[in-house]
Amino acid sequence: MDKVQDNRAWFLIIPVFLIVAFSAVIPLMTVVNYSVQEIFGPGQTFFVGTEWFEAVLKDDRLHDALVRQIIYSLAVLLIEIPLGILIALGMPGGRSAKTSLTLVLLALPLLIPFNVVGTIWQIFGRGDIGLLGATFRALGIDYNYTNNSAHAWITVLVMDVWHWTSLVALLCYAGLQSIPPAFYQAAKIDGASKWAVFRYIQLPKMRGVLIIAVLLRFMDSFMIYTEPFVLTGGGPGNSTTFLSQYLTQMAVGQFDIGKAAAFSIVYFLIVLLFSFIFYTIITRTGEGEKK
Amino acid sequence: MATIQFDNLGHSYHPHPSKPEDYALRRLSQEWEDGKAYALLGPSGCGKSTLLNIISGLLVPSEGRVLFDGLDVTRCTPEERNIAQVFQFPVIYDTMTVYENLAFPLRNRKVPAADVDRRVRQVAEALDLTDDLKKRAQRLTPDAKQKISMGRGLVRSDVAAILFDEPLTVIDPHTKWILRRKLRQIHEEYRLTMIYVTHDQVEALTFADKVAVMYEGAMVQLGTPQELFENPEHTFVGYFIGSPGINLMPCTLGNDHALVDGIAIPLPDRAVPAVGGKFELGIRPEFLELTRSGSAGAIPVQVTGVDDLGTSKLATVRLGNHTLKARLSEDQEIPALDAAIRFPNRWTKLYRDSHLVG
Repeated sequence: MDKVQDNRAWFLIIPVFLIVAFSAVIPLMTVVNYSVQEIFGPGQTFFVGTEWFEAVLKDDRLHDALVRQIIYSLAVLLIEIPLGILIALGMPGGRSAKTSLTLVLLALPLLIPFNVVGTIWQIFGRGDIGLLGATFRALGIDYNYTNNSAHAWITVLVMDVWHWTSLVALLCYAGLQSIPPAFYQAAKIDGASKWAVFRYIQLPKMRGVLIIAVLLRFMDSFMIYTEPFVLTGGGPGNSTTFLSQYLTQMAVGQFDIGKAAAFSIVYFLIVLLFSFIFYTIITRTGEGEKK
Repeated sequence: MATIQFDNLGHSYHPHPSKPEDYALRRLSQEWEDGKAYALLGPSGCGKSTLLNIISGLLVPSEGRVLFDGLDVTRCTPEERNIAQVFQFPVIYDTMTVYENLAFPLRNRKVPAADVDRRVRQVAEALDLTDDLKKRAQRLTPDAKQKISMGRGLVRSDVAAILFDEPLTVIDPHTKWILRRKLRQIHEEYRLTMIYVTHDQVEALTFADKVAVMYEGAMVQLGTPQELFENPEHTFVGYFIGSPGINLMPCTLGNDHALVDGIAIPLPDRAVPAVGGKFELGIRPEFLELTRSGSAGAIPVQVTGVDDLGTSKLATVRLGNHTLKARLSEDQEIPALDAAIRFPNRWTKLYRDSHLVG
């Protein structure tokens, strides 16, 4: 068969190339470019090599933000994953009005824009007009997220749990629904306890969705910005300043473009590394011993 | 091991069943012997799975009682009844090894480790799983997985009965045959009460001591394979068991004979009142005799076709408006012009409204 010379395929691919180039490749390379330059203004740049990276790695405020970030993400995972599984286990199955209602209620927090979530909790927690804050005040608890860092921390965490546990629950629910009834019947006949059913049937069958849930929740929480920005603005002090907020301060606030660019690249690599570690751990534990 | 008794058992998925059609399982009183292999045979939707789930305790019947060794277990869970069940599709615990899968039912019941080990190895041996014991169950082929499911049923030595719900559906034909022999062997060795649900007559007839044929929610006959063949108590049994099934012709009753399309077929010594219902005459192809006309009791017919099946011949004949099949030996000559058939009295069955009356 003769090969027909035809380059029209390029016309089909070029739009995709252009979109990917303008939306991802060019911005990313710009950041890489910035990270090795000292920038005083348009046209006034000169090459500094790895200086920004060294500065970023030695930055104490960044270290603090990173530690805070890791603790925060771990807390989010440790609360949201088990809680999501528990909710999914308790959800009604089958096609009934109860099921639909539960699904809609669970999906609601996911539909709210991030900054609205922040605003909701900001008002919710206020001592004078917020339901939560006023209740605490009435109970005699001195709750104030604007000047007590522990309170600020807990509020940001609870807000995240409120916002995102539904996602984990819905994913787990989908995983649970795909288990054929015969598995439960067989377990009953084998005399399995409720815990054994969970451990040997439900959990293994949910593995796939749990990998997705853990990765999504990790990446999202590790890059959290909007909600704490609206709620606490990173304060009090720096107590709720997470990585992306510090990055924004550096890039937009101080206009430290070169350092911020180096920071971005390090940040990106950290997210990539952690995601890879999680993914490997979870898939390995599922595989078990290899032949 | 247990004797299983059904006492006026019935089940309907309707809240207020009024007519017989509302019942998924119609009224039934029976006793199933200890240590026998039973098969529940019938087309899909005939109520056999309903009955099986009632026996296993996954379903509570709406009427009547189930007794194991005289003890009412109607409302007991499968665990309390000490039942083992194997499902249509292999159920295995993915994260466990084959050994752990087989040991699971025993460990849940706190059986001492030494006994667990002994039983697991015994069952693995019987099912040819010994080499796979250390492998993860998830990695095995569907038929090995189904063997594990069966193994989990067999591993408990004290079960009241083992129930099989079409367990060989996912198995390829050759392995199917081996597994069925295996089950049969295990049954003969341990004399467990086994109940096997299937829609495949070959499976039922080769596996079971007694076959219960179900049709539209009713158990139409319970008997040995031979009884089902020789004396079908319901036209459905005649039709479902055997290949081809029984020859059936609507008829009217006369004195000492039945009339099929005005042709008299002798039926001596039947004390059946010719009243009520729809009468049918039935005879298995294997028992219908093909001869020449003129011999005693022979009814002239027209032979319309002969199929040579290798081990036997199958003749198709026309009697009045009816087509009948007759199975003949390979060497029997088939008369071309003056063919006739004879209905041996012993094998000629009379049915009223599908039920055997004489």
